[in-house]
Amino acid sequence: MEFFKSTNIDFLGKKWYFLTFSLIFSVAGVLSMAFWHGVPLGVDFRGGTLVYVKYSHTPDVSAIHGDLDRAGLRNARVQAYDQAHNSNEVLIALDIQETSEQALDRGKTQIIQALESHAVPGKQDLNNASSLTIANYLLERDPLHLGTDAGPRYTAIAQSVVDDRDKAKGGVLGSLDELKSVVDPAVVASLGDNFFVSDFGIRNVEIVGPQVGQQLRKQAILATLYSLGGMLVYLALRFEWIYGVAAVLTVFHDTLITVGAFSLLNWEISLTVIAAILTLIGYSNNDTIVVFDRIRENIKLLRRDRLADIVNKSINQTLSRTILTAGLTFLTVLALFLFGGEVLRGFSLALVIGILIGTYSSIAIAAPILVAYQEWRGERGKKPIAMPLRSGNSPTPPKEKVKV
Amino acid sequence: MNKNLTWKLVVIVGILLIFLFGIFGIPKVWSGSGILAAITDRIHLGLDLRGGTHLILQVQVNDAVSVDSDNAIARLKEDMRTHKISYADITKPDTVSHPDMIVVKGVPPEQSSDFKSIVADRLPDYDASSGVENSWTVSMKAQNLADLKNRAVEQAIETIRNRIDQLGVSEPVIQEHGLGQYQILVQLPGVDDPARVKEIMQSTAMLEIKQSLGGPYSSEQAALQDKGGVLPPDAVLMQGKSIGSRRDQEGGEQWYLISRASAVTGRDLRTAEPTNDENGQPAVRFILTGEGGRKFYSFTSAHVADSLAVILDNKVQEVAVIKDAIRDTGIINGRFTQQEVQDLAMTLRSGALPAGIKYLEERTVGPSLGADSIRSGVRAAVFGMLAVLIFMLIYYHWAGVNADIALILNLVILLGFMGYFGAVLTLPGIAGVILTVGMGVDSNVLIFERIREELRNGKTPPSAVEQGFSHAWITIVDTHVTTIVSAMILFIFGTGPVKGFATTLVFGLAANLFTAVFVSRVIFDWVLSRKERGEALSI
Repeated sequence: MEFFKSTNIDFLGKKWYFLTFSLIFSVAGVLSMAFWHGVPLGVDFRGGTLVYVKYSHTPDVSAIHGDLDRAGLRNARVQAYDQAHNSNEVLIALDIQETSEQALDRGKTQIIQALESHAVPGKQDLNNASSLTIANYLLERDPLHLGTDAGPRYTAIAQSVVDDRDKAKGGVLGSLDELKSVVDPAVVASLGDNFFVSDFGIRNVEIVGPQVGQQLRKQAILATLYSLGGMLVYLALRFEWIYGVAAVLTVFHDTLITVGAFSLLNWEISLTVIAAILTLIGYSNNDTIVVFDRIRENIKLLRRDRLADIVNKSINQTLSRTILTAGLTFLTVLALFLFGGEVLRGFSLALVIGILIGTYSSIAIAAPILVAYQEWRGERGKKPIAMPLRSGNSPTPPKEKVKV
Repeated sequence: MNKNLTWKLVVIVGILLIFLFGIFGIPKVWSGSGILAAITDRIHLGLDLRGGTHLILQVQVNDAVSVDSDNAIARLKEDMRTHKISYADITKPDTVSHPDMIVVKGVPPEQSSDFKSIVADRLPDYDASSGVENSWTVSMKAQNLADLKNRAVEQAIETIRNRIDQLGVSEPVIQEHGLGQYQILVQLPGVDDPARVKEIMQSTAMLEIKQSLGGPYSSEQAALQDKGGVLPPDAVLMQGKSIGSRRDQEGGEQWYLISRASAVTGRDLRTAEPTNDENGQPAVRFILTGEGGRKFYSFTSAHVADSLAVILDNKVQEVAVIKDAIRDTGIINGRFTQQEVQDLAMTLRSGALPAGIKYLEERTVGPSLGADSIRSGVRAAVFGMLAVLIFMLIYYHWAGVNADIALILNLVILLGFMGYFGAVLTLPGIAGVILTVGMGVDSNVLIFERIREELRNGKTPPSAVEQGFSHAWITIVDTHVTTIVSAMILFIFGTGPVKGFATTLVFGLAANLFTAVFVSRVIFDWVLSRKERGEALSI
C-alpha cells in the first residue's frame, strides 16, 4: 500500500499563499494577545487559588456563586466543565489578590466553608475528611470494641473508607449507606453520629503565591530559550548557520501560532501546556531537519540545479514520510485529546495544534527561508552558499555490510 | 543463519531481558495485582498521577540573622561596660532589609580604637566602620552572612525531614528548591489533607525556660503600672496562652514579665514524650541532656520559691513556682488535646527551626483525580499505540512487523531506564513518551520510505535495505541529537514538569536510536538471509 508514489508539487511557488496563511494566524494571535484576551496564563504563572470540586449531582453554578458571594468571595470564577461526560465537576478560581502570601491557603478554606453552608450542625463532612480524622474519631469511639491493636485496625478501616470514596466512587459518596459494603455496619453507624455526607468533594487544589508564579514564568521562558539556543548551535555546526536560523525561526513561528490559538480560545496556559509546547518544538524541529537533510543530500547530487528546484524536489521526496509521520503522531495525540479527560485537555489541544502547524511549517516556512536567503545573497552578487559536506563525498558509511 | 547475525539477536534479547527486569524486577506474586505492584515499586509515579501534596516554602532567613545580631548587641553592651567605653545608643535601624546592621552612637573619639578591637576580638563575624558624629556601623561580613543564611536553610531542611519522618509519610521529597532564594520543596505522596502536616512543619518549636519576674497582668499597661512605668532592663513582657487551672478566664489576655536570660532552651533537650499531668490532662514530659540538667539544677536550686515560665515560640505556656531544685525532667502542660500533645512532643524532639517559614505554593492532588489522570492517560496511550501499530502493519506489510517490534522494544527500554534510574513518571513525562513514540515511528517511516525509493530506482532488496538505512541514519542522528541536546538543556535548567518531560524524552530517544536503527536492521537482515536471491521484499 502506498499513498504517494511520486509527487511533483511546486511548494515554493505557493510561498505567498503560505505566507498569507501564516500571517493571518500569527497576526490574529498577536492581536488577541495584545488587545483581547492577552496571554491567558494559568494559576501556575499568575498566582492564585484553584479548587476543583466534584459534586454528586449536576452542579448548580448560580447557587455556588450565591454561596461564595455570601462568604465574601465576590470575584470568584466558577466554571462547570466536562459537562458532556456528566462528570459533575466545577472549578472555582480566586485571583492572586485573594491569595495572600501570609496565609496561603485562606482562599481554599473560605471556599470550602462557603460550600459547606448547608452542613449539618455539629457534624463533620465525610466527603472532605482525611483518613486521619476518621481514624482518630473511630479510635475515640471504638465501635468494634477492639482491645490492644485498635490503633492500626482503625487506621486501616479509615483508609478503606477513604479509598472507597476516592477510588471506587470517584471522590464523593452519595450516602453513608454506600460504605456498608466496605466496612462493618457498626462502624458505619458510629460514623453517622459524627459525620454527614455533603454533596461535594474537593478533588484538587492549586495555590500559587505571586513570588513562585513569577519564578515559574521566568524559568519556563529561560529554559525554552536556552534549549532553542542549543538547537541553533548544533544545526549551525552540522549544516550551515542559516539552517539553524531557519529552524529556530520556524519553531518560533509554531510557538507563536500555538500560543496565539490559546489566546484566541482564551484557554489557560499552565505548566503542562508548556510541556506540550516543548513537545511541539521538538516535533517541528524533527520535521524540519528531515527536509534539510534531504536538501543537503540533493545539493550534492544535483550541483547544476537552482536551489529552489532542489528544495522543491527534496520536499516532494520526503512528502510521503512527512504526511505519514504527521498522520500517525496526530492519531496518538487525537486519542489523547478525545480520551485523555479534562486534566489533559489543554495539554492535548496544544499538541493537536502543534502537530498540524509543525508539519506545515517545515514545508511552508523553513524551506522558503533557505531559498529566500539564497536569492538575497545572489542579488548582492555573492556566490551561493556551498554546503559543507563534513563526511566527504558519500554520507556516513554504513556500519555493517548486508550479509545475504 | 549467519554467525554475526546470531550474535546480534542474542544482544537484542539480552537487552530486552535487562530492561524488562528494570520495569518489573522479580514480582513476588505472579498475579495481575502482584505484577502491578512490582511495576509501581520500581517506576515511581509523580504526585500528579498518584495524588499527594506539593509545597514550596521559604525560610525567613532574616529571623536567624536577627537572632545573631541580637546576641551580638548583648555581647557588645557587656564588653563595652567591662571596658568602660561609653556610648549613647545601640540600635538596629533597618530590621527588614539589613537585620545584621547595628548602629552604635556616641562613642567618644578617644575610645574608638578600643571599640574597634572589641568588635574584632569579640565579634569575629562582624566588621565595624565609623560614620558621622562618632557613630559606628557594625554589620556582618558578607561571607559570614551568606553562610548563616545557608546554614539556616540546611537546618530547616534537616528539622522538617525529622518531623516528616516521624509522621510516617512514605517517600517524601524534601530538598532545596533551586528556583528561588532560600526555598524548600516538600513533596508528600499520599497526603491529601495538608493542614496538619503544614502546621507541624511550620511550628518553630522554640522552647525556652526562663524566670518569671511578675504577672499575670491583664494588659501591657497594667504590667507597666505595676513596675512604676519602667520595665527592668533585663526583662521583657510576653503574652501567655490562657492555660491550665485558669481555664475559666478563657479569652482574657495575660501578660508576664519574663527574664531575658534562659535557664535552658530546646537545645538542652534529650527527648520529649506525651504524658498526663497530675490532673490527668494531656501534657508533654521532657528530659534534659546531662549538661542541660546541670544548668537547670544550678538555676533551680538558686531560685527556689521563684516562678518559672515555660515559653514556646515566644508564648508563655505555663508558669509554676519552683518548690525544689529540679535536675533533668519537667512537664509542659497547657490546654492541649491528645493530638496536640503528640505533635508538640514530636516537634520538640525534632528540634527547633532556626527561622520561621512561609508557604509560597501548595498543590494537593486528590487520589481520585490522580487515578482518573492515569486511567485516561493510559487509555489514550493504548488507543494511540494500537492505531499506530495496526497502521504500520497495513501500510508496510511484513516490514510493519519490524517497526512494531522496534516500537514496543523502545517503550520497554524507556520504562526500564526509568526503573533503573528511579525516575519519576509525571503527566508531562507522558508527553515525552508521546514525542518518543512519534519520533520512533518517524525513524521507521524514514527508513522504509527510503528503501521503497531505492527499490523503485531498481536496486536489489539487499542493497536497497543497505542504502535505505545508511541514508536515513544521517537524518535520524541529526533529528535525535538536536532533540536530545535541547532536552538536556531543559533538564538542567528546568524544574518540576519541564524536567519530567525532558527525562522521558532523553531516555526515549536514546532507546530509539538503538531500536529503530539497530534492531530494525537486524530483523531486515534476518529476513533477507532467509530469502532466495532476487526474491521481493515485503514492504
